[in-house]
Amino acid sequence: MFIPHTDQEKEAMLSSIGVKRLEDLFTAVPEKHRFPKLELPDGLTEMEVLDELKDYSSANETAGDLVCFLGAGAYRHYIPAAVNALISRGEFSTAYTPYQPEISQGTLQAIFEFQTLVANLTGMDVSNASHYDGATASAEAGVMAYHNFRGKRSKIILSPAINPQYKEVMCSYLCGYENVELITGGKDPFENPEMLPEEIDDNTALVVVQYPDFFGRIHDFTNLAKKVHESGALFTVIANPTALGLLKTPGAMGADIVVGEGQPLGIPLSFGGPYLGFLATKNELVRKISGRLVGETVDNQGRRGFVLTLTAREQHIRREKATSNICTNQGLMALTATVYMSLLGKSGMKHVANLCYQKAHYAAAVIGKIPGFKVLDEHPFFHEFVVKCPTDVEHLNHHLLDAGFLGGFDLGKVDPRLKDHMLVAVTEVITKEEIDDFAVALKEAAHD
Amino acid sequence: MTEPTIYELSSPGRVGVRFPESDVPRYDPPADLLRSDLPFPELAEIDVIRHFTHLSAKNYSIDKGFYPLGSCTMKYNPKINEVTAGLPGFAFSHPLQPVETVQGNLYLMYQLQEFLKEISGFDAVSLQPAAGAQGEFTGVKIINAYHKSRGDEKRTRVIIPDSAHGTNPATTSMIGLEVVHLPSDKRGNVDLAALKEICDDTIAGLMLTNPNTLGLFDENVCEVIEIVHAAGGLVYGDGANLNALLGITRPGDLGFDVMHFNLHKTFSTPHGGGGPGSGPVAVTAALADFLPAPIVGIVEEASDDVPPLYGFLDPPQSIGRVKTFFGQFGMLVRAYTYIRMHGPDGLRKVSEYAVLNANYLLSKVKGKYTLPYDRICMHEFVVEGVWPDLPDVHALDIAKRLMDYDFHPPTNYFPLIVHEALMIEPTETENKQTLDAFADALLKIADEARNEPELLKNAPHNTPVSRLDEVKAAKELVLCCWLPEKE
Repeated sequence: MFIPHTDQEKEAMLSSIGVKRLEDLFTAVPEKHRFPKLELPDGLTEMEVLDELKDYSSANETAGDLVCFLGAGAYRHYIPAAVNALISRGEFSTAYTPYQPEISQGTLQAIFEFQTLVANLTGMDVSNASHYDGATASAEAGVMAYHNFRGKRSKIILSPAINPQYKEVMCSYLCGYENVELITGGKDPFENPEMLPEEIDDNTALVVVQYPDFFGRIHDFTNLAKKVHESGALFTVIANPTALGLLKTPGAMGADIVVGEGQPLGIPLSFGGPYLGFLATKNELVRKISGRLVGETVDNQGRRGFVLTLTAREQHIRREKATSNICTNQGLMALTATVYMSLLGKSGMKHVANLCYQKAHYAAAVIGKIPGFKVLDEHPFFHEFVVKCPTDVEHLNHHLLDAGFLGGFDLGKVDPRLKDHMLVAVTEVITKEEIDDFAVALKEAAHD
Repeated sequence: MTEPTIYELSSPGRVGVRFPESDVPRYDPPADLLRSDLPFPELAEIDVIRHFTHLSAKNYSIDKGFYPLGSCTMKYNPKINEVTAGLPGFAFSHPLQPVETVQGNLYLMYQLQEFLKEISGFDAVSLQPAAGAQGEFTGVKIINAYHKSRGDEKRTRVIIPDSAHGTNPATTSMIGLEVVHLPSDKRGNVDLAALKEICDDTIAGLMLTNPNTLGLFDENVCEVIEIVHAAGGLVYGDGANLNALLGITRPGDLGFDVMHFNLHKTFSTPHGGGGPGSGPVAVTAALADFLPAPIVGIVEEASDDVPPLYGFLDPPQSIGRVKTFFGQFGMLVRAYTYIRMHGPDGLRKVSEYAVLNANYLLSKVKGKYTLPYDRICMHEFVVEGVWPDLPDVHALDIAKRLMDYDFHPPTNYFPLIVHEALMIEPTETENKQTLDAFADALLKIADEARNEPELLKNAPHNTPVSRLDEVKAAKELVLCCWLPEKE
């Protein structure tokens, strides 16, 4: 299988080492704890393990079989066949972090291209090589802001309309820093995030908003960014990359740091991971950035090449003084996004974003006509919107499931004030007919 | 040959993939919220395929050859893992689906938690952390939360041996704790006298990698743990080197309180050019309530012919969430596949042969290279990449010259406590011929260092690029492609 040694080879190797048996290599292990019997099921052949895993896989009923109106941070998009063909290449997938640039130019150039695409998509100057996901990238933006003010500004204010899981992760990361105060409140969950938070003061390091926000709404944050800067703080936008194919960039609004979840860029839903965090910023803040960066240079014959650069920020050099502990990040997912963005290109990115926009607005219009349902559309939205339902969302989703639909996210699960509110996501993979059928099923479910 | 960037390959008007036209009535987005331009390349599908195929050929990889990168466990990644992780029931499942619709996923995760508990000797596992460094972060946060929950607020210091990975001290700082450095003794073990001196009621814990980054199993590990426990501290096990211990010993049995796994090292999930990894965390029963939420559990027991219902549980004193959703699920499927194929005997064989390969390679090279700690090693070993009479030849030169022999170099200049370190981890999946060829290359390079040092100083000679100017990269800081339209 995966261990190639024959018995003869093993014996020859033991003799070269000067021991008799494999067991003799483990005498440093305390005897009473040596060679425990592991209570695990016996090993399977490849054929058997595939059968077992197929059983588990088919025990699920997924967004592949059902028509999916569920988003809330993870989105079903079409993934072109060329994406998987390229990222499955062992030359990419079985390499590691490009510590040796002479034999890692493939990975390095791909990351360099990823950095460029992310910077251009977000309207920023530079991007790093990736983070674990959108939430940890957001947390790292908080860490950057903290370091930028050398810990002297300790308040980080999150807009109420940020994905609640992101708030939790940011708290896990940031609450360890001395005096950091994370404000995640908001009296009204639908409070307009364009308004300057009343808590802002000269002790504020960072203000964070989401775009489109957790409820799918889109805002122009230009004025807010200006006011945040007037108080001396930094401004971060958590952005959805699909939306940026069409919409004004956070860079153009004045963001200092733009982060987000790259899953919509060709990465399968895969029950929540592996996904892709991205982080882009301005040139002025590049030395405060966490994680890996690839830079262009030349070799000793003058040929263009790429290397990991500014490594003095990182844990393997600076240890306890590093900007972050991040080491392994999401290399292959960054490559996935790079291939996806290259394939879609200028026109494809815009087209997919527009399809999402159109279909979501059609869905909102159709659902808004069902008696008892109200679409909260006072603000413009992108591809996700909130529906106030006449009854419990879990109940509705149960009925929708029977009709072949994965219903929207039950907002009551994350905020009791939002009981009976469903967050509906619509992407390019959904057809008009499916939207019409969904509306019929929703109407029937409400009357059951 | 230099490969152009995707921007240089771009030709205005080309399209790589077509999407259908909209089938719904038209809705106009607010004009003031539209972006003016998207500076993206325009390529056909074949341009993209060729470009990335060309790039892939510039990479060294496990599929291509021997990759003895110490501490990274670059073992062969079975292809079946990719097939199972890509099964549609897994790949198309949305993380927020009702649990009733994803029982296959939850059962797999539950079983994996059970497997990892059994392999490591701990009582509870969270699969959430995204990579080793995040596993460390989670583990140290748990230690911190445990002390605080007992009103023990003084414990703000974490002991870290001088041989530790850089992530250990970086993690400690991120959590707002102070790092205390601990030296190693002459045999490469923790210096017990120094440890005793450091331990007091301000110590939150010790982060210990065992086997350590010298590839040595700490001969006094139980005593080390007892000293820390006696002072009221907890012991964190860095699982980076678990590939030496499967079925050999269990960190939980040795007395560790917390550890993380690197599924991308020990359990064969591909390293992906720098991730995704996966760093589950295991703890003793006393710490189970602090695990990141949620973890997978049985929410409704089985009855008669109805199987149990699996769902998510929030540990009561959880440190909170460290990432969105439940972990790097695709990596969990791969690791599950690997563990299930090996079974208990297969896993023990993995570690036995990983250790056999390392010691065999060591036996072949130790005459020509200085071995700072001459002991039986575990799954890896460290030699000095320098000779006293050849002050101009460095570990870096040896590493670069190895590329000319078509090998990936070992980790170099780490651990920091060995002068000009070369850290070599062959893994169990390499055969004797490969190890012999690698040993021959190292021996030949040792001769070249003496007779033709220029061969090393100018190496590599046969790679797509030669040594790169890192100073220029950091000074000029070009981090994005040149854009034709911005000329």
